[in-house]
Amino acid sequence: MPSEVKITPELVAQHGLKPEEYQRILALIGREPTLTELGIFSAMWNEHCSYKSSKIHLRALPTEAPWVIQGPGENAGVISIGDGLAVVFKMESHNHPSFIEPYQGAATGVGGILRDVFTMGARPIACLDFLRFGDPAHARTRHLVAGVVAGIGGYGNSFGVPTVGGSVGFHTRYDGNCLVNAMAVGIAPADKIFYAKATGVGKPIVYLGSKTGRDGIHGAAMASAEFGDDSEQKRPTVQVGDPFSEKLLLEACLEIMAKDCVIAIQDMGAAGLTCSAVEMGAKGDLGVTLDLDKVPCREAGMTAYEMMLSESQERMLMVLRPEKEAEAEAIFRKWGLDFAVIGETTATKRFVVLHHGDVVADLPIKKLGDEAPVYDRPAVEAPRQPRVTAADAAPPMALADALEELIGSPDLSSKRWVWEQYDHIILGNTVQRPGGDAAVLRINDGPKGLALTTDVTPRYCEADPFEGGKQAVAEAWRNLTAVGAKPLAVTDNLNFGNPERPEIMGQLVGSIHGIAEACRALEFPVVSGNVSLYNETNGRAILPTPTIGGVGLLDDFSKFASFAFKAVGEPILVLGETKGALGQSLYLREVCGREEGPPPQVDLAAERRNGELVRALIREGGATAVHDVSDGGLLVAFAEMAIASGIGARLYAAPVTMAAHAFWFGEDQGRYVVTVRPQQAEAVVVRAKAAGVPVRRIGSTHGNALTLPGERSMLVAALAERFEGWMPGYMAQGIA
Amino acid sequence: MKARVTVTLKSGVLDPEGKAIEGALRALGIAGVAGVRQGKVFDIELDGTDARRAEVALTDAAEKLLANTVIENYRVEVLP
Amino acid sequence: MRSAVIIFPGSNRERDMARALRLICGREPTMVWHADAELPAGIDLVVLPGGFSYGDYLRCGAIAAHAPVMAGVRVHARNGGLVLGICNGFQILCEAGLLPGVLMRNGALKFLCREVHLRVERSDTPFTRGYNAGQVIRLPVAHGEGNFYAHPAIIARLESEGRVLFRYTSPAGVPDPNWNFNGATNAIAGVLSEKRNVLGLMPHPENHVDAAVGPTDGRGLFAGLVAHVAQAA
Repeated sequence: MPSEVKITPELVAQHGLKPEEYQRILALIGREPTLTELGIFSAMWNEHCSYKSSKIHLRALPTEAPWVIQGPGENAGVISIGDGLAVVFKMESHNHPSFIEPYQGAATGVGGILRDVFTMGARPIACLDFLRFGDPAHARTRHLVAGVVAGIGGYGNSFGVPTVGGSVGFHTRYDGNCLVNAMAVGIAPADKIFYAKATGVGKPIVYLGSKTGRDGIHGAAMASAEFGDDSEQKRPTVQVGDPFSEKLLLEACLEIMAKDCVIAIQDMGAAGLTCSAVEMGAKGDLGVTLDLDKVPCREAGMTAYEMMLSESQERMLMVLRPEKEAEAEAIFRKWGLDFAVIGETTATKRFVVLHHGDVVADLPIKKLGDEAPVYDRPAVEAPRQPRVTAADAAPPMALADALEELIGSPDLSSKRWVWEQYDHIILGNTVQRPGGDAAVLRINDGPKGLALTTDVTPRYCEADPFEGGKQAVAEAWRNLTAVGAKPLAVTDNLNFGNPERPEIMGQLVGSIHGIAEACRALEFPVVSGNVSLYNETNGRAILPTPTIGGVGLLDDFSKFASFAFKAVGEPILVLGETKGALGQSLYLREVCGREEGPPPQVDLAAERRNGELVRALIREGGATAVHDVSDGGLLVAFAEMAIASGIGARLYAAPVTMAAHAFWFGEDQGRYVVTVRPQQAEAVVVRAKAAGVPVRRIGSTHGNALTLPGERSMLVAALAERFEGWMPGYMAQGIA
Repeated sequence: MKARVTVTLKSGVLDPEGKAIEGALRALGIAGVAGVRQGKVFDIELDGTDARRAEVALTDAAEKLLANTVIENYRVEVLP
Repeated sequence: MRSAVIIFPGSNRERDMARALRLICGREPTMVWHADAELPAGIDLVVLPGGFSYGDYLRCGAIAAHAPVMAGVRVHARNGGLVLGICNGFQILCEAGLLPGVLMRNGALKFLCREVHLRVERSDTPFTRGYNAGQVIRLPVAHGEGNFYAHPAIIARLESEGRVLFRYTSPAGVPDPNWNFNGATNAIAGVLSEKRNVLGLMPHPENHVDAAVGPTDGRGLFAGLVAHVAQAA
C-alpha cells in the first residue's frame, strides 16, 4: 500500500501515541501503517474515544434496572417511562475547545450532545449545562463566562430546544481549565429506537448533513492533551457550529426514520467519519468499505487523512435500507442537506478506505476498538482530612452577616444572568423554570412529567473522592425527589486531571466507586456518560468533578413541588438529621476562608428513607413547599425559599446541643425543608417518626424577614438584592 | 469577475454593537477612537466580463436582499 | 376559524403555535411549507411563527421574506385576510414590506428570555378584541433582535393612526425605560398594518395559553380572532 509519508517517532508522538502503543499497532497489523491509518489509530486509541484509562473502573458502575432499555455503549442511554414512551439522554463534555474558543466550543458541545440524542430517534425536549469557571478575579474568567453562555444560548435557542437547568460555579482550580458539560434529553416511542449497530452485508453506507471541511482535525487528540503554554496556537482546530443546519438535520433524520429508511445510524462527533464508521461496523460484526471520492467536501483538495479525521459538525452516518434510497434522498434534498452513498457493509470484517482508486487504509475493524490499549494505571488514595469541629471554626461574624455573605457569593448567587440568555420556554412544556431544585417538564400533553438535574460538589470530591462520588449521586437523587419525581437513571460526566498521575487516578477510581455504591443503594443506574481527562494546565489539575445528570419521572406533572414559601403562618419542618458538619462547607470556605476537613458523610439508607417520605408527601399534596438542603446548609435553604416568595420566616433557636453556626450552616446530607398547612403539621411529624425519619419543627413562615433569636432581622428584600446582584454586577465590569 | 458590496448603517440609526466595540477598543488601550459603526462586506464572484451589467445586477441584489434600505446604505464596486 | 402556519427552514415555534391554535380554535391548523407559492384555499388566518429562519443569516427574516410562500401571503393580505407574525414572523413581515420598520438587535446586545408586561392599546381590532383597552397582560419574550425601529415620521404615523397595538410597560401599565428591556422605539412590541389585518408581535402569546403550565394571558389574542372570524362569517 502506498504510504504518503514516512512514519517517524516524532510523527507518532504528534499523534498522541506512546511508543508502546505504536508497537502495539505494528504487532496488530503486521506492518507499518500508512499516514491515514496512523491517523485512524490515533483517533480510535486516544483517551476520549477509547476510555483506555477509565474503562476497567467504569465496569463497577451499575447499569441495569427493569426500566433500562439501553445502557452505556450506544450514542445515548434509553429508559422506559411507560405508556410506550422512552427517554433518551446523555451528558458530554467539551472542556478543552471551550477554553480555547468559548463561544464555538460551548456551541459545538451542545450540537454534539443533541445529535447523540436524535440519532437514536428521539426528538430533543430539553438541555442542561453544568459549567465551572475559574476564580472570578482571574483575568480570563469573565471572557469565558460570556462566551460559553452566549454559545450555549446561541446554539440551543436557534436549534429550538429549551435549556432548562444546569449549574454554574467558580473556583481557582478551574482557572486554566473550564468545564462545559452539556446534557440533552429526548423522547421517543420505546419500540422505535435506532441504534448504531450495522446489520446486513452489502448495505449502502450513507453520509448525511453538512459538507466536510478541515475543522477540528486532531480535536479528539486535543481533548486528551493537557494545555501547555502553546494552547493559544491550537485555535484553528476548533470547530464552528451551525445550529440552523442541525435543525434541518434533525427534521430530515426524524422523517427518514419515520419512513423506515434506516437500518443503523450514528452521528459523526469526535474523530468524525473514522469513529462512526468503525463503530457501526464493529458493533455489527461487519466490515466497512468507504470511497472517499464520494464524500461531500466544502474545501478543495482534501486528503484522505483530512477527510477521515475532520470534525466538521452536523453530520451523520447511516446504513440504509437499499430499497428506500430514492425516498430518503428526496427527503434530504427537501431540507437542503447533503446525502451521499459513500460505502457499503461487507463480510470481511476489514475497515477499507479508498481514495482516488488507491487503498489508503485496510485495518481489522473489530481489533481497532477491541485491541485499543486498556490501562490499569497506578492509583494513590487521597489522604484522609482531619475533622473540623464547630469549635475549630469559630464564627468570625454574626450569623446574619454570614448569611448575607453566602447568599451573595459567586457560587450561591442567582444565575438569572445566565439562564435568561437561554430560551427556556420553547416547546411550551416547561413547568418549572431554571432556579429550582430540578427542572420540571410536561411530557407531550401530559399527564406525565420529567424532572432533570445536574449535580456534584467538587470540593467534597477533592477531600474524599469516594464520599464525594456518593454525595453527587445522592444530591441528584434528592433534587429530583424534592420536586416530587421518582429518580430513574443517571448520565455521568467524569472530569478529572492527568490520569498518568497516581493522585488523579486515585480521585477517579474513588469517585467511580462512590458513585457505584450510591447508584446501587438508590436504584439509580448509570445508562450513559462521558469521561474527560487531562483537565490540567502546567501540572495543576481541576478539582475532581464527576458530574451526575439525573432524570426522574412524575406520574402527574401538575403535582410537582417547588421551594418558594407559599403562604404565611405555615409550619416549617426539617426532615433528616442535622449534626452540624462544617468540613468542606461553603460557610467554612466563604466566611472563614478555609478549605479544610472531610466532606459530610452520606448515609444512603437514610437518604432513601427520607426521600421516600418526601415524595409521598408531595404526591398526596401534604407539602406546600419543599427544598433540598445542600450548599450553605439550613439558613441558606430558608433564604432561598424566602427570596423566591417574598415571604419571611420566624425561626426557632438552634438546639443547645450544638454550636449555632454549625447547626445553621452545616452541610449534613439527606435533609429536606418542608412547609405544611398548620392543621397537617402534627400528622406529618407523627408520620415521619413512624417512618424512622428524623423531624424537627424549626419555625413558621412569617412576615417579610428571616428572624432568629439573638440575631438582627434579615429582610427578605435585602437578601434578594444580594442574591440577584452578584452576577450582573460581576459581568458588567470589564465592559467599557 | 470580482465585485464587492459594502453595507453600512444609515447615519442616525442607533448602533449598539458599534458602541460596544468602541468601548472594547478603549479598554484595549487603543486611544483616540471617536466612534465605531459596524457594517458588512460581501465579496461576490460573477460570471462574465460586462462590468456595467454586473453593477446593475448587484444594485438590484442590494436593494432586494443584501441591504435593508430602511436602515442601511450600500455601495457596489466592481473590482478591477 | 381556519388557520395555516408556515414552516420556513429554521422555524422552531411552529409546533407551539399549532398547539395553541388547536387548543383555542378547536381545529388543527394546516402546516404550509415555505416552498409552496400558494396558500391552501379557505384560510382565515396565516401565521408566521417564531424561530431562526435561515439561521438568522444576513438579517433576521431577510431570506425568508423572499420565500415562494410569501407570494401567497401577500395575496391573502391584499384580500383582507388575517396575517399574524410572531417574533421571527414579525421580522419576516417587516423585511417583506408587509409591515413598516425593522427589528434590530436588543439594546443590551443579549438574547433574553423572560416574562414582560404589555399594555393592550386598543381593543377594537381583530387581534385585540379579546382584551380590554389599556389592559396589562403578561407574555414571555425570547429574542435577541426585538428592538423595533422605523423612521421618526413612520413612528409618528403609527402612533397617530393607532397602529401600535402592544407596548412594553411596567406591571402597572406605565411605559418606563426600566421596563423596556430591548430598547424598542416608544416601547413598541406589536404593530398593525394600514389595513388593520396584519399584526407583527415580538412576544409569544402561544406560550401563555395553557393553565396547566403557566399564565394564560395569550388566549385573548386567539379567542378574539376566532370571534372576529365567526362574526364576519
